[in-house]
Amino acid sequence: MMDAYDTFINNAPALAVAIPLIFAFSTPLVSKLGDRVRNIFALLGVLIPSLIIFLLAFDVLSSGGMETRYYVFGSDSSTRFPLVGGHILRIAFAVDGMSVFMGLLISVVALSAVIYSMAYIRRYSGLDKYYSLLLLVFTANLGMVLTGDIFNLFVWFEISSVSLSALTAFKANRGESFEGAAKYLIYASVAGLFFLIAIGLLYGQYGHLNIKFLSSAIGGNEEMMMVDKIALGLLVTVFALKAGSVPMHMATPDAYGEAPAPITAMFVTASQASLYAIFRTGFTLYGSNLTVTGETLHILGYILVALGILSMFVGVTMALVQKDIKRLMAYHAISQTGYMLLGVGVGLAVLDTAQFAEYGRTAMTGGIFHIFNHALYKGLLFLTAGAIIYRTGTKDLNKMGGLGRDMKLTALFFIIGALAIAGIPPMNGFASKLLIYESVFKFNPIVGAIAMLVSLLTLASFVKVFYAVFMGPRRSEFKGGEVPASMLTGMAILGGVILVFSVFPSLVVTSLVDPAVNALTYIEGETTRSLTLFTGSGSWNTLVFLGAVMVAGIIGLLLFMMGNKGTVPKGEGRKPYLFGNPTEIEGRPIVVPASNVYWGFTTALSKYYKPTEKAHSALFNDYMFWFVATAALLISIFAFLEVLT
Amino acid sequence: MMYEVPFIVVILLMAVGLYIVLFKKNLIKIALGLSLLETGVNLFLIALAYRHGDRLSAPVFTSQILGGTDPTYSLPTPHALTLTSIVIGVATTALLLSFVMQLYKKWGITTTDEMRRLK
Repeated sequence: MMDAYDTFINNAPALAVAIPLIFAFSTPLVSKLGDRVRNIFALLGVLIPSLIIFLLAFDVLSSGGMETRYYVFGSDSSTRFPLVGGHILRIAFAVDGMSVFMGLLISVVALSAVIYSMAYIRRYSGLDKYYSLLLLVFTANLGMVLTGDIFNLFVWFEISSVSLSALTAFKANRGESFEGAAKYLIYASVAGLFFLIAIGLLYGQYGHLNIKFLSSAIGGNEEMMMVDKIALGLLVTVFALKAGSVPMHMATPDAYGEAPAPITAMFVTASQASLYAIFRTGFTLYGSNLTVTGETLHILGYILVALGILSMFVGVTMALVQKDIKRLMAYHAISQTGYMLLGVGVGLAVLDTAQFAEYGRTAMTGGIFHIFNHALYKGLLFLTAGAIIYRTGTKDLNKMGGLGRDMKLTALFFIIGALAIAGIPPMNGFASKLLIYESVFKFNPIVGAIAMLVSLLTLASFVKVFYAVFMGPRRSEFKGGEVPASMLTGMAILGGVILVFSVFPSLVVTSLVDPAVNALTYIEGETTRSLTLFTGSGSWNTLVFLGAVMVAGIIGLLLFMMGNKGTVPKGEGRKPYLFGNPTEIEGRPIVVPASNVYWGFTTALSKYYKPTEKAHSALFNDYMFWFVATAALLISIFAFLEVLT
Repeated sequence: MMYEVPFIVVILLMAVGLYIVLFKKNLIKIALGLSLLETGVNLFLIALAYRHGDRLSAPVFTSQILGGTDPTYSLPTPHALTLTSIVIGVATTALLLSFVMQLYKKWGITTTDEMRRLK
């Protein structure tokens, strides 16, 4: 029995990818048996690999997560690399704490997306292809985080780009779907080709494709070669593009906005997998010998911090002026990606120095923890947006209103997601952001302040969405009440995990995030003990916080009950101020559109907004310009910065 | 010198491809530019495979088969990479052309100038 289990665990990395692949390609055949059979089949196609990933994660984490497990395809022994004259002729998967961390996150989001899809997408034709492609995206994301071979990483990267853009065009009755899909596809393909150039450079120099072998070859040089630096610049640009970092983010809102809601949740995991690839490039591919690559990695850290700040700020300010609910959320996804880049960037910038133990590690822990939190709450928010669109048939915030009266559960899930993304205690988003704030503040106080400001703007933006969608009088055109059970189940999975993460953030950090950080940095360390999260200069315990809130709430309630009864506000105060909904002021009916609520803010910042909105020209050639310019800039920074200093 | 010729062609192909993707507005031309860029990268990989000297092993000899004595040989891995890359390229181009076709059917547009409704 134990032998059978050991064999299973040894083969688990391959099974986790092979099984959904088989399910993906047999879905069109199984669809002939009927819709219900197909839905159950697709669900199994996500459920079985998720269970495998869970068991694999349990096994990897029980041994600390720092040790890398190799699975070599086509080899009888998975313990060592078969070498033929110094060359590896086989593809290997490398699994450690960071890989299983990402694998778990991808599984949870994919599971809720596929359950949610069952009702959401029911009205459309071509569902066999939809589920095929969804399973293919799931496989590609898992492949990206499990693989230990750089060319294999490229193949998963391309599979994920092609399937995601095909799914973006799924609602084929709208021309906009094709616009978003075409933009994303060309952008991701050109990025993929740049990735291939980097692979060619590294292969031409070292004759390896295996990340571990490449890493030791790069670390074995006297100093970094020009080829290494150019390849690093290309790799970071490409992955930053797919992760949706500013200034290469412009196709992201187009694709996120047009894709069906469950696919947008898959987009989020795909962008997280790309972030993982950036971190792997920095820490694993270039991190084997820090005396050679340390300087360059510090520069990379500062670049990631810069990209992070840009993403956070541009993302959230552009979100404030959107009126399309999914585009708005897509800009928030960009903004939140900035937090992860910032956290891990700070870690990289001080790697191997005294500051790393002081705050660098905390920043990394926060950044990595935020990846999981982000996938959960962003996935949930996109699913609630899907529920709102399902009921109203529009994405325009100005046309919505009053949904809270009939869609109480959706409203509840939206509140959970919105509080988490805004980093309001006691949600999980607060725990990870607290780790980032405190450590980044020590790194640079101004950057820490920007991170907090962005959180405030995020909150403002979601207050607007909540108000415009759920508040106000019931509207007669939106009939039908709550969305179907399968959609609620999909949202409940993510909402439930968020609540668990919120109440026990320290347990999650200890059991999942710390092994992931250890695996990346090869430095063992802990940030938590028992139920309290230590953030370097402070601590955070959700249960203590909730207790304090309850005590304060009871005192408040007592004070409220001691007050005068029967006091009714008069005049203007009686009437709620509603935007998005038609309302009456002094007898005249007026509507304040949701897109103009923060008019004062945007006008005050018009010097910033005018050029920024002009830069978001929606012209594809401009998108390409930003990508090529960023690639050129990063390569020249890596190649020439040391020469100058 | 002979060994550098393919790399010069690679740079030319990629420069033309990038120029088209950056500055041409016709969607079909962009698809062509993408293909050129891809051809350039594929040629780059193939050109990398040819080695001379005997510092590496597991080769596929070319010149000796042709009757020469120079130990020039070709590594098999880049060929495998190129094949994979060609397959991916075909999928991408086909999908992109179908998007362009649908955009023309829905809106009657062929250029990026007109493909700006998502703002």
